[in-house]
Amino acid sequence: MKYKLIASISKSLLFARLKQTLVAAIGVTFSITMFITLLSFMSGLNTLLDGLILNRTAHIRLYNEIKASDQQPVDLSEKYKDHHNFVSSVKPRDGKEEIHNSSAIIRALEDDERVTGVAPKIMAQVFYNVGSIDITGIINGIDVDEESRLFFFKDYVVGGNYIDLKNTPNSIILGKGAADKMLANIGDIIQVTTSKGDRVQLKVVGFFQSGIQEIDKVQSYASISTTQKILGVPNSFITDIQVKLTNVLDAPVIAKEFAKKFNVEAVDIQTANSQFETGSSIRTLISYAVGITLLIVAGFGIYNILNMMIYEKMDSIAILKATGFSGQDVNNIFITIALSIGIFGGALGLLFGYGLCNVIEHIPFNTPSLPTVKTYPINYNPKFYLIGSVFSIITTYLAGYFPSRKASKIDPVIIIRGK
Amino acid sequence: MSNKILISKNICKSFHDPITVQVLNNISFSVEKGEFISVIGKSGCGKSTLLYILSTMDTDYEGELYIDGVLMREKKEKELARVRNEKIGFVFQFHYLLNEFSVLKNVMLPGLKLDKYSEKEIEHRAYEKLKVLGIENEALKLPNQLSGGQKQRVAIARALINDPIIIMGDEPTGNLDKKNSEIVFNIFKELAEQFQQTLLIVTHDNEFAARTNRIIEMQDGQIIKM
Repeated sequence: MKYKLIASISKSLLFARLKQTLVAAIGVTFSITMFITLLSFMSGLNTLLDGLILNRTAHIRLYNEIKASDQQPVDLSEKYKDHHNFVSSVKPRDGKEEIHNSSAIIRALEDDERVTGVAPKIMAQVFYNVGSIDITGIINGIDVDEESRLFFFKDYVVGGNYIDLKNTPNSIILGKGAADKMLANIGDIIQVTTSKGDRVQLKVVGFFQSGIQEIDKVQSYASISTTQKILGVPNSFITDIQVKLTNVLDAPVIAKEFAKKFNVEAVDIQTANSQFETGSSIRTLISYAVGITLLIVAGFGIYNILNMMIYEKMDSIAILKATGFSGQDVNNIFITIALSIGIFGGALGLLFGYGLCNVIEHIPFNTPSLPTVKTYPINYNPKFYLIGSVFSIITTYLAGYFPSRKASKIDPVIIIRGK
Repeated sequence: MSNKILISKNICKSFHDPITVQVLNNISFSVEKGEFISVIGKSGCGKSTLLYILSTMDTDYEGELYIDGVLMREKKEKELARVRNEKIGFVFQFHYLLNEFSVLKNVMLPGLKLDKYSEKEIEHRAYEKLKVLGIENEALKLPNQLSGGQKQRVAIARALINDPIIIMGDEPTGNLDKKNSEIVFNIFKELAEQFQQTLLIVTHDNEFAARTNRIIEMQDGQIIKM
């Protein structure tokens, strides 16, 4: 089959009804534009909202829970092994929250190829002293570099420079809410009391704003060594190990494995934050549904226009068939017309969609809870463009399929006799 | 057999809607190469119906039809399209040119479909045919810029492009005035005499028919004289 001939016939039929063709193409363009914009915007928003919590949450968190031992001494005794032992008022052993042998665990984790990064952390309960009032707070002792790399710490530091935390001894980055309460400015010295009663003076080098007010009122950050100094513990003392994985979906399985291997508690991100997953998947579902509906509506437009074209060109189709074009050829001609509308309209739609995303990305969007966000979020995922183009081709093909079949079945006799 | 381009054996056809009416009854005849035949008869005698069966466009009939010695009954739609493309040229009462294409392209289309020659060659051949019909100067115009007689001549050129073994016409002069009818008839005559082109023309113009080599007269679905 000579495709060039089919293409040239399709082309002239298309251009014979240029206005209608353009209207059909604009329908496709519009729907693809909206599809791309909607998905990019929605997905950008999803990423932003999820990132609010999930970015700063470790995929797996290893820690030591303070709890009573599962095995009491009586369980170990040979004599009472087969008995039911009742022990009342069990208390935890004089345990610490410390992870035993933390440096070896960290080394082992760093060698694991499923792990992209490891950040140790210490949680210290303190009181911020404001004159005669004590405000409860938590100081997170962090590895500044790793915390920034893995959990975007520096994005949430709104005043001062995050790196000063590492470079200035005895420094602290205060939560914005806590700082407001304490009327502390950068460069000020504040005083905190530890749970053991020690008093420590720290220099404020920055403010931290997570976007979640309750957190900002309580949490502050210091370097690991500063925190160890505050608590008066040796420099092997670590309470949390945060792990980031290459594939976040593996977290539940790997968490169980680590818990067994290192004899610690391990909680994965899915268990800790299941509500976010649900929210974003439903939002994504809705945007896809709307986008695809738009495309289907555009498909009906193409269907209509092709149907009209076939009625109009009945004579031409008949004469083509009389002079030796088979039903298949006629079918190909109309499918080609439909697909050209789809491809042309779709390609324009992708371009306009990209353009519209660019415009939205520059619209200012300021909200106090999201300090790092200045404009509307957009996710330029090539996947959306791929889905958009595939769908535009599929819907236009289907829209062309039925009219084309009708055209191919036109019997040349009936039309010629009808004159 | 070898000279018989078209053989019709006992062809019958009935319409079943709304009641069964037999329109063709045992039509048997053959066409030899180089013959210029006209089929005449009153309106409704079935001559157009016969032509559509002979042209392979209507496949709903009983009996046997051989074109160029090949039985048409067993053929699929695509193969029949090929037969029409290669072996039969059509001229209808209405010209049925495609208004989107130039005259030249209209003539070339069946040739391009056949794909036997290169595009250049087909274009050259199309010019030749137009020249034979005396309308080569109109080649690049669109069909709706032409007069009725000229359009019909373009349609004849289109029928000739693949050197068909037979040209079938359904009232080709029915829409034309005296002068143009005369031109078209002379073209047919010339094709038959100079190029030994076989022609089978359905007409109700007895004057036209009288000047052809052979007349097949039909009445009530039967051949009464041939």
